[in-house]
Amino acid sequence: MTTAAKPVVARSPGAAVLARGLLYGLLIGGAIVALLPTLWMISASFMATGEANSYPPHFLPHAPTLDHYRTLFSRLSLGRYLANSTFVSIVVTVLSLAVNSLAGYALAKLRFKGRDRLFRGLALGLVIPVQVSMLPLFLLMKSLHLVNTYWGVIIPGMASIFGIFLIRQYALAIPEDLLDAARVDGASELRIYRSVVLPVITPILATLAIWTFLATWNDFMWPLIILSDDRRFTLPVALAALSGEHVQDTELMMAGSVVTVLPVLLAFLILQRYYVAGIMMGSVKE
Amino acid sequence: MKRGPEGAQARAAWYFLAPALVLIGLFFFLPVAASLLLSVTDFDIYALGNASLARFVGLGNYANLIHNPTFWTAVKNTFYFALVGGPLTVAVSLGAALLVNARAVRLRGVFRTVYFTPFVTTLVAIAVVWRYLYHPRYGLLNYLLAHVGIGPIDWLGDPRWAMPAIIVMAIWKNFGYNMLIFIAGLQSIPEELYEAARIDGAGALRRFRHVTIPQLAPTFLFVGVVTMIGYFQLFAEPYVMTGGGPLRATTSLVLFMYEEGFRWWRMGVAAAIAFVLFAIILIWTLLQMRLQRERA
Repeated sequence: MTTAAKPVVARSPGAAVLARGLLYGLLIGGAIVALLPTLWMISASFMATGEANSYPPHFLPHAPTLDHYRTLFSRLSLGRYLANSTFVSIVVTVLSLAVNSLAGYALAKLRFKGRDRLFRGLALGLVIPVQVSMLPLFLLMKSLHLVNTYWGVIIPGMASIFGIFLIRQYALAIPEDLLDAARVDGASELRIYRSVVLPVITPILATLAIWTFLATWNDFMWPLIILSDDRRFTLPVALAALSGEHVQDTELMMAGSVVTVLPVLLAFLILQRYYVAGIMMGSVKE
Repeated sequence: MKRGPEGAQARAAWYFLAPALVLIGLFFFLPVAASLLLSVTDFDIYALGNASLARFVGLGNYANLIHNPTFWTAVKNTFYFALVGGPLTVAVSLGAALLVNARAVRLRGVFRTVYFTPFVTTLVAIAVVWRYLYHPRYGLLNYLLAHVGIGPIDWLGDPRWAMPAIIVMAIWKNFGYNMLIFIAGLQSIPEELYEAARIDGAGALRRFRHVTIPQLAPTFLFVGVVTMIGYFQLFAEPYVMTGGGPLRATTSLVLFMYEEGFRWWRMGVAAAIAFVLFAIILIWTLLQMRLQRERA
């Protein structure tokens, strides 16, 4: 990333300064645009009721208050939705890591008949929009009595074709010798997976973990469909419902948005190396 | 099955694959196939209570859609969002990537992270925030526009402006993802190509046209296809910000499908809408790949 500045082709020093100024102007302008909505959301969440609806608008609260957060967590039981989202996201992440890593490794390294055909068949699924499956999936969940349950949210997220591909791509690089040596020592395939493969693929597991966690936390349409009892709502579903009822309470809704966004934003900022690795791997073609 | 070590490996492979295949088969491929069946029945709220009440109607649902003005509005809105929003998002992403990747810039990592944060935020929460930024009287956007002499616009309340408003928010939310892919693409262009162009006396603009753009072609294809597929599935933004209004100006195909299926429980009709969406996405993806191949 830190390539040293190469000598610029002969140009007058004035033009170079101007170009550099323009470059930084655009960069900083872009940064302001990228950050402003989120910063305003945080700022407005501390404003007194009605202050966000003043003209000219306030950028900072005159007398910062935690009232809206108190209301959210006491009267509107946002703590419950926070717990629901955390529970669902963690369970999906843990279970999907196990399921996808087993399958991804098998597709990459274990020899069996029909492996390539299976791989191509799964790839077909990548072009099908998930909404096509949602209506019968709801009926299936209904017949399994999983509508309005956490499992109804969790189960469809447990295996993902994208996740399997990500793991497979990474596992292809495991040296054959490493596996064969373990086999000669008489280790079972499950044992090899646990003590040889898992340690090697840890970086991609971290990537898939943060991806899955963020995607599950941010998911909206399926939880909206499958959950009907508001005690089981995840944060985005609860926030959408609340914002319908409390359209006028700008500051309250900003506080609700902060509670919904902040956990994923922090998770991303701490683990961004792994998250970005997923994007790079995902964009690599076969 | 074979005996010996090879057979043991194959057996293990199927055990390893079984959980994933059962889950994906049962909760994705099976529903997709069932969706096709559903779309040729009149499955409604009565059938929801007792599935035997659903009757075969052939292509009746599709035929009814053709005569349903709301369907055509949803198709039009979805294409509007994807065909205007998609290319704009790709253009902004490339612009951001070029800026952040410029050699003269310090703190490139910081800018990259800042530009990327909108992408990881929760769409519903961000839609709630933008609904207030677009407020006709108190919104930040109209306040800033007033400074350059543009009068107040009722962004989400005016049928002409509602979709552009949603497009602007979508660009803001999504450009960071494509930007990262463009950066990776830019960094994989061999420096010698630029050197050679420089020696031939090509200026910055010519180098961009004749080196950067052709070298980025595969990246363009990937970014274009992924963005368009995502944009054809527009749902949460209008659901939260406008409810599909005003005057249906932001009702997308997926929102229409959701309303038909899960509000009115006309699941046969909704399944037909889902397949129209699938067809659009499939045709569009093939078309884009074909165009790319012809140009190459």
